[in-house]
Amino acid sequence: MSDLALDISLTVNGERVSERVEARKTLVDFLREDLGLTGSHIGCEHGVCGACTVRVNGEIVRGCLMLAVQCDGATVETIEGISDSGEVADLQAVFEQRNALQCGYCTPGMIAAAQDLLNRGGVPSREAIREHLSGNYCRCTGYHAIVDAVEAIARARAGGTK
Amino acid sequence: MKITDDSPPVLSALDRPNSYIGRSVPRPNLQRLTQGRGQYVSDVTLPRMAHVAYLRSPHAHARIIKIAATAAKKAPGVIAVVTGAELAKVMTPWVGVLTHLKGLKSAPQYPIAVECACWQGEAVAAVVARTRAEAEDACELVEISYEELPAVVDPETALDAKTHVIHASLGDNLCFERKLEVGAVDKAFAESDAVVETTFVCGRHTGVTTEPRAVVADWNEGEQRLTVYQGTQAPHMMQNLFAKHLSLAEHQVRVLTKDVGGSFGIKVHTYADEMATVALSKLLKRPVKFVADRIESFVTDIHARDHRIKARIGVKNDGTITAFEIDDLTGIGPYSVYPRTSGIEANQVVNLTGGPYTCPNYRAQARVVFQNKNLMCQYRAVGHPIAVAVTEGLVELAAAKIGMDPLEIRRRNLIADDAYPCASAAGLKFEKLSHHESLAHLDAMMNYAGLRAEQKKLRAQGIYRGIGFASFIEVTNPSAAFYGVGGARISSQDGATVKLDAQGALIVATGVTEQGQGAEAVVAQCVATSFGVSIDKVRVITGDTDNTPYGGGTWASRAAGIGGEAAWQAGKDLRGNVLAVAGAMLQAKPEHLDIRNGIVVDKANGTERLPLDELARVAYFRPDTLPPGFQAELIATRHYVPRAWPFAFTNGIQASYLEVDTDTGFVKLLKHWCVEDCGTIINPQLVDEQIRGGVVQGIGAALFEQCLYDERGQMLNGNMADYLVPMAAEMPDIECGHVVSPTADSELGAKGAGEAGTAGAPACVMNAINDALRPLGAQPVTDMPFTPGKILKALGKV
Repeated sequence: MSDLALDISLTVNGERVSERVEARKTLVDFLREDLGLTGSHIGCEHGVCGACTVRVNGEIVRGCLMLAVQCDGATVETIEGISDSGEVADLQAVFEQRNALQCGYCTPGMIAAAQDLLNRGGVPSREAIREHLSGNYCRCTGYHAIVDAVEAIARARAGGTK
Repeated sequence: MKITDDSPPVLSALDRPNSYIGRSVPRPNLQRLTQGRGQYVSDVTLPRMAHVAYLRSPHAHARIIKIAATAAKKAPGVIAVVTGAELAKVMTPWVGVLTHLKGLKSAPQYPIAVECACWQGEAVAAVVARTRAEAEDACELVEISYEELPAVVDPETALDAKTHVIHASLGDNLCFERKLEVGAVDKAFAESDAVVETTFVCGRHTGVTTEPRAVVADWNEGEQRLTVYQGTQAPHMMQNLFAKHLSLAEHQVRVLTKDVGGSFGIKVHTYADEMATVALSKLLKRPVKFVADRIESFVTDIHARDHRIKARIGVKNDGTITAFEIDDLTGIGPYSVYPRTSGIEANQVVNLTGGPYTCPNYRAQARVVFQNKNLMCQYRAVGHPIAVAVTEGLVELAAAKIGMDPLEIRRRNLIADDAYPCASAAGLKFEKLSHHESLAHLDAMMNYAGLRAEQKKLRAQGIYRGIGFASFIEVTNPSAAFYGVGGARISSQDGATVKLDAQGALIVATGVTEQGQGAEAVVAQCVATSFGVSIDKVRVITGDTDNTPYGGGTWASRAAGIGGEAAWQAGKDLRGNVLAVAGAMLQAKPEHLDIRNGIVVDKANGTERLPLDELARVAYFRPDTLPPGFQAELIATRHYVPRAWPFAFTNGIQASYLEVDTDTGFVKLLKHWCVEDCGTIINPQLVDEQIRGGVVQGIGAALFEQCLYDERGQMLNGNMADYLVPMAAEMPDIECGHVVSPTADSELGAKGAGEAGTAGAPACVMNAINDALRPLGAQPVTDMPFTPGKILKALGKV
């Protein structure tokens, strides 16, 4: 039962947030219900599908496998944040151009996971891209277009930083 | 990276200046989704909104003896605990039958079970609370006592005299039966040089939409109106059903469908828990939200494809196929799903088997039986993957038996490209297909001869690769023949309304819906082209029964072919209206004018005469300057329904290249090809992506996906970790090719493309595995999904 609540303070998309949350509340429920950040989606609530992928202290995590209270003092970034900062603007543009999304439900998590790979630098092989994105389920595209899009941005970023 | 490679395969005959037909235009509104700013039903919140959690039967079949809810009703946040009997006073039950499927029967189904729960997962009580968490907490306080009843699980024994009858009122467990015999089947088999007989099994699987089913129902007691936010493929169908079963008029119900996180046929049905949520809103006079969690999805989203097919093919030594025979048995759960019924899939198997071939002798039997498992109904490519697996599996086994190349046996039996119009043995009417041209295209595209040489070389090194094919036909653009003639209020026509705004841009409202396929893009392309503006000047509105023309929605690959044609015609109509205004303003004959790139021009030489924003300014704000008696009409609506053919059949052929690890039984997919003919291609990129996505769903069926049940009717793997779906690392690159045979039933000539990938992929993966294993003397595998264990068993290693 919900008799335990805790006060937490954290930074979400660059904004300081202080809230009282139930101890049992997952990070993704907190983001969606308490902060209205509905860009992080819920697909399975058991850590498999990757739709709730967000960044906590720079690392991608499953928002359904982490409790909100574990994020006290943390820096959390969601799709809304990395969109507005322009960090993934090139990736988003190529997803749109390549039709690397259909229903779009997996896309925020997919972009966060792809950005995590791209941040490691270099131009990963198609196999490495496929391997890295295997924790993010997409039921619409068959993945081919997503791999194309990530590969294109890897090349573009590598070319641009030479 | 092939972003620029999706160029139109042929020049369109729809030769308007600046045509978007045949161009890979990016979909409008995608930025909303890539930025996480979409609005899915799961995201919707309303003032005073309550949340419902359902208590679900832990038994496959049980009588509900008592529901004790006193403690739950006192739990924090709880608004109501409602039983099936209480909700039956608000909403009437339904029966999933269609009159054109003769003899199909089912029993009344209630939003919440009233006397008996008939499958594990059926809702037996609802707890409504301020939050979903509080509702789930209170569920734990509800005590329900059951009397377990015999569970009918195995379709093979469902019709036995000693088997418990699930619905006593129906007399037996038979939902539907169909028999068909064409030609001289026994004679044909007797005269065959070889006969291959085997049993195919398709594993029961489901759609696994990434966003689970979701609904927010808002009954406004003051307005006496119901607004339902629902992730559905068919808003007008749902409007009708909500109204009918709440005893309301349709105009009292508005269904709103914004972004939908995947559908694939899963979200085109009536779900008891969604109906219950709507009824609860009416009962409690406030908004109520239900979002299925993943565990609930697995035991309540419709399942599909659970078929066992005994099948036989006769063949001559010259490759001529002499006869097909099938006996299909399928278990569809305890109810036929409303309103499309659960008889359609087996009916499609009977219709489609043998469909690409000239063989005139065909015998089929299909039996659809009730059982105590989750309901089955239409999922992407309804019936096609089963019929194609049976047909193409038999064709390749027959080819192997007479020592003929699998493409060669197809060349000798596929309906000739110049034979149309014609009909299949089962009576399907084909306007124009291109089996042979598609096969030739595939042969070249995949370098078949080169792959065979590589395969041979690698076999010598102990590496076992296989090549498999599947020719197929695909039902698209359905007319009223699909559902309307059977009495279901499911529209086969669709409409589009186009209006000119006061700055010369267009707003289009369409009855087809968007779940990611790109229906909005296609509608925008059609209107931009036929009216004459750039596509960024077209905004498309879908999914609102108050504000879009009446239509069927998006299913059976109808959005482009039917919704696109209506939009094309509406754009043309509005162009006529606007040119009448331009003619009045310019003192020119409208027929001498055209609209190009947003500007009224002289048709003959393209001389610019009048920008649309100026025309709109005059028409809306200075109509006093127009000639006396002239009234500008700046909105146009057109509807379209296919009339010449019951369905626009498409065709194609797929190939799979894979490697089997003969020590572990694992299959590595190396490459996949699909050549498809969907008529006029409006947006090549969207067609290719429909095919790729469809192929991967078909591969899921072939290798991974299965809803596993035990003998008590308990689903064993109903979660995302245990139910396997294709992941990026396991999937191959998929190459697409096209042949274009437009339908003459519409001006656009577009047919559908959404089912093709899913229709053919399981068959060609199966055939490729068997091709890989053939030199090892393995028994052919025909029992999907082809898990490593089954492959090792075929190899005799376990």
